[in-house]
Amino acid sequence: MQLEAKHLDFGYPGKRVGSDVTLALDAGEVLCLLGPNGSGKTTLFKTLLGLLPSQGGEARIDDVDLRARARDEIARLVSYVPQAHAAFFPFTVDEVVLMGRTAHLGVFSSPSRHDREVAMGAIERMGLGLLADSIYTRISGGERQLTLIARALAQDARIVVMDEPTANLDFGNQVRVLEHIQALARTGMGVLLSTHDPDQAFICADRVAMLHGGKLARIGTPAEAITSESLRQLYGVDVEVAQVETGSGARRTACIPLLQQQRPAAL
Amino acid sequence: MTPARVSLAVTAACAALAGLVLVAFSVGRFPVAAGDLASVLWASLTGTEHGLDPTIEAVVLKIRGPRVAAALLIGAALAAAGAAYQNMFRNPLVSPDILGVSAGAAVGAVLGIFLSLNVIAIQWLAFAFGLGAVGLVYVTANAVRGHDPLLVLVLAGVVVGSLLGACVALMKYLADPYNQLPAITFWLLGSLASANPDDVWSTLPLMLIGLLPMWLLRWRINLLSLDDEEARALGVETGRIRLAVVAAATLMTSAAVAVSGVIGWIGLVIPHFARLLVGPDFSRLLPTSILLGAGFLLGVDTLARTVARIEIPLGVLTAFVGTPLFLWQLATARRGWQ
Repeated sequence: MQLEAKHLDFGYPGKRVGSDVTLALDAGEVLCLLGPNGSGKTTLFKTLLGLLPSQGGEARIDDVDLRARARDEIARLVSYVPQAHAAFFPFTVDEVVLMGRTAHLGVFSSPSRHDREVAMGAIERMGLGLLADSIYTRISGGERQLTLIARALAQDARIVVMDEPTANLDFGNQVRVLEHIQALARTGMGVLLSTHDPDQAFICADRVAMLHGGKLARIGTPAEAITSESLRQLYGVDVEVAQVETGSGARRTACIPLLQQQRPAAL
Repeated sequence: MTPARVSLAVTAACAALAGLVLVAFSVGRFPVAAGDLASVLWASLTGTEHGLDPTIEAVVLKIRGPRVAAALLIGAALAAAGAAYQNMFRNPLVSPDILGVSAGAAVGAVLGIFLSLNVIAIQWLAFAFGLGAVGLVYVTANAVRGHDPLLVLVLAGVVVGSLLGACVALMKYLADPYNQLPAITFWLLGSLASANPDDVWSTLPLMLIGLLPMWLLRWRINLLSLDDEEARALGVETGRIRLAVVAAATLMTSAAVAVSGVIGWIGLVIPHFARLLVGPDFSRLLPTSILLGAGFLLGVDTLARTVARIEIPLGVLTAFVGTPLFLWQLATARRGWQ
């Protein structure tokens, strides 16, 4: 099971956003995409999901080009977690999650008892059991994000693509989402996510890809890819990447931005 | 809701509708007692003699029967179409009126009257123009980017609607003032007074043809209310499903408009109420809208022919009843949508 871009050009008809991106995501792997606002992360994801036609090169799943696959076939292979958003109608949380089963249903079918059980299982896994009957439009942003992840789980695909799953979440919910991402990878799922926080890549990613101006600037393990030099290129600010050891002995690499006043004279 | 409560609610709604049908048959210029009504209906079903005044039979079977049937059918069709449009355009404020379907169908039907065509030709003209109007509104709204999509959709509907209104005005101006103009005017105000068995029998199959894809696609219609890309990522071929459902809803609206003229508000208000009662899941929303829509139009039509000495045009009455209901909803239920 592999999601793959080969020399992929992406964008909208008449407006190219990025070009020549080559990357691959394996089962059980977390690949984190970093890039400044407007670098084309969401457009790349939509092209990898077949929601936008590729503008050149190839987007493939299991060595088959996306253009050769039907919409519901793609949905059984890759699920998508968009940024949590306002919904238009007051569906309940379990109805929203149940929508994840659609790709497994015939065009004229409605969800069966089995589909409801799968959806309930996904809801329990995300710890949303108490909210199952709540109205999706009335729960908090963090709960909506978890609901959308539960929907992706109900979709039962081996790959999940998450567009800034921690955006707009408070600190606790960010950590909870990262924990869920790691847990998904341990079950053998491939996870492709984008984030604005390089620290999150150190926490949960196996590999990091950096997208700058629509081009793949760098790809590798977090330790290889995330350096103060690459972050300066990517975001145009000075950052120190430091090894941190906490009082309890946990070791972690962290990115510490240097503000103008804090900058040592040598820099 | 628990299954027991759902079945209780459905039973209560069906019983209320049946009661309303009985009332509609009984009241009017020529009141019919419940016993007489029962014996006439029984006699017509079994083919036996009822031994009552033939006038009673004529009133029940020739005058009120088709009218009651037409009110039920048209109310149900407009409400079902409204529910489908609202889901598809992700917007609880759209309706066949706002999307220009009614105005388009009206142009087609007025053209049919103007050209002195028969009912079936009028229905197909209404359908073609209704589909053209909703297509034009949708294409216009999609072409204008960078604004609030809801606002653009409503504005496009207003613009296309006023263009179509001008077409209707032109045809009224050109119509024969002694034969065609009164027919057109009366028809534009909406009325079931001239409903006859032929109307009912020619409309029923169109309504069922429209209803079939809506019911079969009921689960996918739920997903059409999501963002388009999100629905596709969940495995829905949104383009095809949307086209099928728009065509079905437009067919139902046009068939209704061709018989009854323009009756507004039902497609907007009834699905709202249905959503407040049973939630947005289309497999519950559609039957609930159909029941409420049928009951609402039958009730309003019964009022239209009984409250005053002259018959009040239906379009006028639904607006008088629908506007305050809608404003009340807007004030109280807004929080439920966002």
